[in-house]
Amino acid sequence: MFDIFLDDAPALVVVLPLLISAIIAFMPSKIWPWIISIITLLLHLFLSLHLLKEISVSGLIIYEFGNWEPPWGISFKIDGVNIGLQLLFSIFVLVSTFYSRKIFLNEIDYRDSGKAYSLWLLAVGSLNGIILTNDIFNLFVFLEISALASISLIALGAGQNRKALLAAFNYLIIGAIGATFYVIGVGFAYAMTGTLNMNDLVIQLAQYSDGQLAIFAGMSFMLIGLMVKAAIFPVHIWLPPAYSYAPSAVSTLLAALATKTILYFFVRLLYEVFIIYPSYLSLFLDFVLYPLSLLAIFIGTVIAIYQDDIKKLLAFSSIAQIGYITLAFSLKDHSGVASGFVHIFNHALIKGGLFMAVGYFAILYKDRVTLNSLKGFGYKYPITSFALLICGLSLIGLPLTNGFISKLYLFQALYTNQMYLSIALVAVSSALAVVYFWKIVEQMWFSEIKFKSEKEDAYIYLPIWIVTISIIVFGIYSTPIIEFSSLSADYLISGYQN
Amino acid sequence: MVGGLFIIITSQNYLKKVVGLAIFQTAVFVFFVSLAKVLDGTAPILTKMANAYSNPLPHVLILTAIVVGVATSALGLALVLQIYKNYETIEEKEIESLELKSDK
Repeated sequence: MFDIFLDDAPALVVVLPLLISAIIAFMPSKIWPWIISIITLLLHLFLSLHLLKEISVSGLIIYEFGNWEPPWGISFKIDGVNIGLQLLFSIFVLVSTFYSRKIFLNEIDYRDSGKAYSLWLLAVGSLNGIILTNDIFNLFVFLEISALASISLIALGAGQNRKALLAAFNYLIIGAIGATFYVIGVGFAYAMTGTLNMNDLVIQLAQYSDGQLAIFAGMSFMLIGLMVKAAIFPVHIWLPPAYSYAPSAVSTLLAALATKTILYFFVRLLYEVFIIYPSYLSLFLDFVLYPLSLLAIFIGTVIAIYQDDIKKLLAFSSIAQIGYITLAFSLKDHSGVASGFVHIFNHALIKGGLFMAVGYFAILYKDRVTLNSLKGFGYKYPITSFALLICGLSLIGLPLTNGFISKLYLFQALYTNQMYLSIALVAVSSALAVVYFWKIVEQMWFSEIKFKSEKEDAYIYLPIWIVTISIIVFGIYSTPIIEFSSLSADYLISGYQN
Repeated sequence: MVGGLFIIITSQNYLKKVVGLAIFQTAVFVFFVSLAKVLDGTAPILTKMANAYSNPLPHVLILTAIVVGVATSALGLALVLQIYKNYETIEEKEIESLELKSDK
């Protein structure tokens, strides 16, 4: 009987959270929505592991909804590219949900916790949909569900600071413009090819081998729309306020996973579909994405140095880190794409851990965490502070942490492409990252005031330490991440070379 | 379409921004529906009289997009309402000056 469910595992990982979110929306209890979410996400993890097992046997799963064959029906595709991301997503969501309970209880009205978890699961389900979908219009629907759910979650931060409302509103307007741009692009693509399925799109586009203006316009619209959503440099302005005024648990989920899933789809679109026009693709990568990534790395890091508010600092450093990822993806070869995926995995863990630790400090301090307020926290709350220290060192890229692995592979990829200028720039911005992180460390451990250590909440520091330990483990034993990433790159780049 | 975008960028009133967004999205919906028109085509119902049918798929897509658009507008308006309750204004400039004051 159980096999029936397992056959539909690709659909269930998306549909299950969405269904449960409708059920728990109006539960007045403050504990049950959380318990149900945890159970749902355990099932979700189980299904993801099942998918991993299937993939290691067959290598490719195409799930057709309602048995409508592609290109007519909507289909989900699971292959080497997204299975690693799916697993990371499943595990990280479970950990951050575990972490979120005490945080939500402190930051929002407990009567709202049913609604908060309902939105939480909605965001989880739709982000998972972005990872799996193989249909460009279906992607738009998931993009919008996840955007609306995360906007509502960000607006929940209004109980702490009313600026959260403004941040959410700006995200809504900018995000909706981005999504609408994407739909215009889909319209052009559909008008020229009559298909929405990504695999079929490649076949249909091949008939216009010399390229048509309408297709290029459509492709550009789609890419710009996705760039807005993924917060790639010049169109990132919605991200820092949104991440910094959201409730801490929400910042954790969004910073670690939301932009990453969209970046993943962005790459997939570039290397799986638009690859059919190599000249357009290399034009876009060399003259748009590459310079923008360099600017993002540099400007994001510099702005982060001047931030006083820790969550804002982390958000600006996210902009720089997204820059690293897009820089790696703009390299057009196996090593570049693989190092981009490595950094997607590692940065999700690092930023997740950092936001978790800072979120806990915000609750202990009962206000927004600024540099000054961190004075002496290293002695006051040693367990969480130490986790924050390790995550921060990993962000800078010190050996024995997974951030080092990311930087190593990125440098290697840049070196094989002989981009010495960008190597220098990445090195400089890593050094600048030391500056802003050192400011935090200085306040926490080297200030005049000494505190006795106080008791910390195990429900909160356990998840933080799970993430921190995984950062160290993947820093020393990085094989799984490297393997998943080069698998992804294999699938994507094999299309490029044909 | 450009008109809607223009309203979003230029207007200082948050309510007007939401309306501008709705106009922008509606323009894209119309663009989609216009793609579906086939010359001499009729509604896609099987009859003996027709020899060409319009493409029904864009209509279906837009039906989905309309639902998304409604949800976006509704959430936008709800946020504007909350902003009004918290700041007692929905003019961008006034809110900015309020925030500057509170930061001092």
